[in-house]
Amino acid sequence: MICEGSKVILSVRNLTAEVDDTQILNGLNLEVKAGEIHAIMGPNGSGKSTFSKILAGHPDYTVTGGEISYLGQNLLALEAEERARSGIFLAFQYPIEIPGVSNTDFLRIAYNSKRKHAGLEELDAFDFDDLIQEKLSVVKMNPAFLNRSVNEGFSGGEKKRNEILQMAVLEPRLAILDETDSGLDIDALRIVANGVNQLATPDNAIVLITHYQRLLDYIVPDYVHVMEGGRIVTTGGKELALELEARGYDWIREEETEVAV
Amino acid sequence: MIEVSTVPEVGSVGVGTNVDRTTYLSQLLSLRSPLTNSLSWLQAVRDRAAAHIPELAIPSTREEEWRFTDLSSLVEIELQAIAGQPSAIAQSDIEPFFLPEAPVRLVFVNGVYVPELSAFAHLPKSVFVGDLAAATAAGLTEPILAHLATQPGAEETFTTLNTASFTNIAVVSVPRNQAVETPIHILFVSTEGQGAAITHPRCLAIVGSNSSVTLIEDYVTTSDNVYFTNSVTEIWLEANAQVNHTRTQRDSQAAFHIGKTAVTQARDARYTGTAINLGAALARHNLEVYQTGEQTETTLNGLSYLQGQQVADTHSLISYTKPHGTSNQVHKCIVDDKAHAVFNGKIFVPQFAQLTDARQLSQNLLLSEKARVDTKPQLEITADNVKCAHGATVSQLENDEIFYLQSRGIDQAQAIKLLTYAFAYEMIERIPIASLQESLLQRIA
Repeated sequence: MICEGSKVILSVRNLTAEVDDTQILNGLNLEVKAGEIHAIMGPNGSGKSTFSKILAGHPDYTVTGGEISYLGQNLLALEAEERARSGIFLAFQYPIEIPGVSNTDFLRIAYNSKRKHAGLEELDAFDFDDLIQEKLSVVKMNPAFLNRSVNEGFSGGEKKRNEILQMAVLEPRLAILDETDSGLDIDALRIVANGVNQLATPDNAIVLITHYQRLLDYIVPDYVHVMEGGRIVTTGGKELALELEARGYDWIREEETEVAV
Repeated sequence: MIEVSTVPEVGSVGVGTNVDRTTYLSQLLSLRSPLTNSLSWLQAVRDRAAAHIPELAIPSTREEEWRFTDLSSLVEIELQAIAGQPSAIAQSDIEPFFLPEAPVRLVFVNGVYVPELSAFAHLPKSVFVGDLAAATAAGLTEPILAHLATQPGAEETFTTLNTASFTNIAVVSVPRNQAVETPIHILFVSTEGQGAAITHPRCLAIVGSNSSVTLIEDYVTTSDNVYFTNSVTEIWLEANAQVNHTRTQRDSQAAFHIGKTAVTQARDARYTGTAINLGAALARHNLEVYQTGEQTETTLNGLSYLQGQQVADTHSLISYTKPHGTSNQVHKCIVDDKAHAVFNGKIFVPQFAQLTDARQLSQNLLLSEKARVDTKPQLEITADNVKCAHGATVSQLENDEIFYLQSRGIDQAQAIKLLTYAFAYEMIERIPIASLQESLLQRIA
């Protein structure tokens, strides 16, 4: 939802970055305000996932230029865990399995590290259980999953739902969903999308990174950006996604070339 | 023959000690205590082994089997015989090691059987669990003589030393057609004592046809002393028998532990062994499985978790002789600080052992720059219709894994801890005793 005068949550200016000496981002600009849902689309290798990992603070990526401001502070000065505690959440394309650590315990550790950071008292296992039972309905998750090891033996769809459950518990200000729709059948997609919609508020913002327009039938974005060659080359409304679906990405490349000429 | 090696061949390694390794071994033999009168029927077994000792020596790193594990530090230690009676020990010191799931328990303190701490609840009458004196009284001399020190590999140096020196044995004898529901806990406790003691714990399990049993062989300590545990466990599975065997080594961080597990599987027998190494300055586990009939199933799970300057070496052997055998082996090592883990996994599949399906995986996690792992799968296959797969990985925690936890607000140190725990948990969860799982995981978390 675009609201006039709402707070800027994320402001990315002229961002350049590399991994293993290969330049991946080439002057990326993006502004995200509270209440907004942004979709970033683009062909493989355009830098979408890299951008999401850089926002969350992955150590393998080096920012070589530009700036990222999050709620007015310099995001690049923060470690990954500090970013998470200040309200950045990345839903992973490939969530990690952690055998022997139950979903509940993992969520409680994560939740409490955020509370501690905010100067709040940590929740004990009982109080946390009340909280999490309430969140389960967001992604229609069977309570039995709470006692299972984090993502171990989960199907692809279950892993993605588990990511959204984590998002529900951690209540981020800025959620970046990296191909959360990839590999989901239509029922799982509906559940995941429905969960995300429930979690969208006027105070937070969501950045969806996706390959498929299909997701945007269920989560309606305020802006659609197209990434190409490590930067955003086109921005439009939700209708841009439909056009991309119909025409592919080549016409954007051509238009861009014409402009350059 | 196919021999696979993931480590380069190197020449001999200097030993750096002047102690005569033959003399030292003979000195260890001279520390043995005599058998009690009622056990004189075993004198000949001990004497036969003792007669071989002068031909043997403490192995050096010049020997292929001991290339990475240097026993010089053992040879420098002056060991002592243990007194015939257990040192005074309060039950409350030992109780924390009891397993509520295992109401049958044999307790040995510093090598000496302690009936007061042992227990036999819910044991079927036909099943025997006890020490040698009780086994003698129960008329088990014949099966014991038939099975004791008669497996291949009994001539190995430390096994020979044990056979020449044991004064008691934990005996488990299960007749045919008996599923033993209650797990059997064999607990070897080393306590605070004067000087560095040597003990020779020994277990013998004979499991009859169609029977099943769960064994927990558990080495624990209440001290941080230097001592030397030289253990031997022999397990015999008759046709279609099933054994789930857990071996945990939680000795003192200053101790030496050299242990043998020898298993013989008759046709259709199923053996699962889970060996967890946490303690000892230097630990060596020789794990040998011999197949004597068709269609045996062998599952070997191993975990060594090492810190400081610990060394733990596992040498395993699965020796097939008949067709249709399967084995599945996973050995994991977590190595921190300046510790050193060694794994050598031999699998012999000769011509007769057609249709064998053997899988072996060695997974190693290095937590520090100075940690070291030497791993070597050694598959020797002459049969031509078999499936044999092996793999070895040596890795650090992946940045992607740590990042996942950090992206949930968990700091790096805690993330590493959780992921290390997860790596270990995959092995520890295979132990069939929940309370034991828990106390082992506490050591790792």
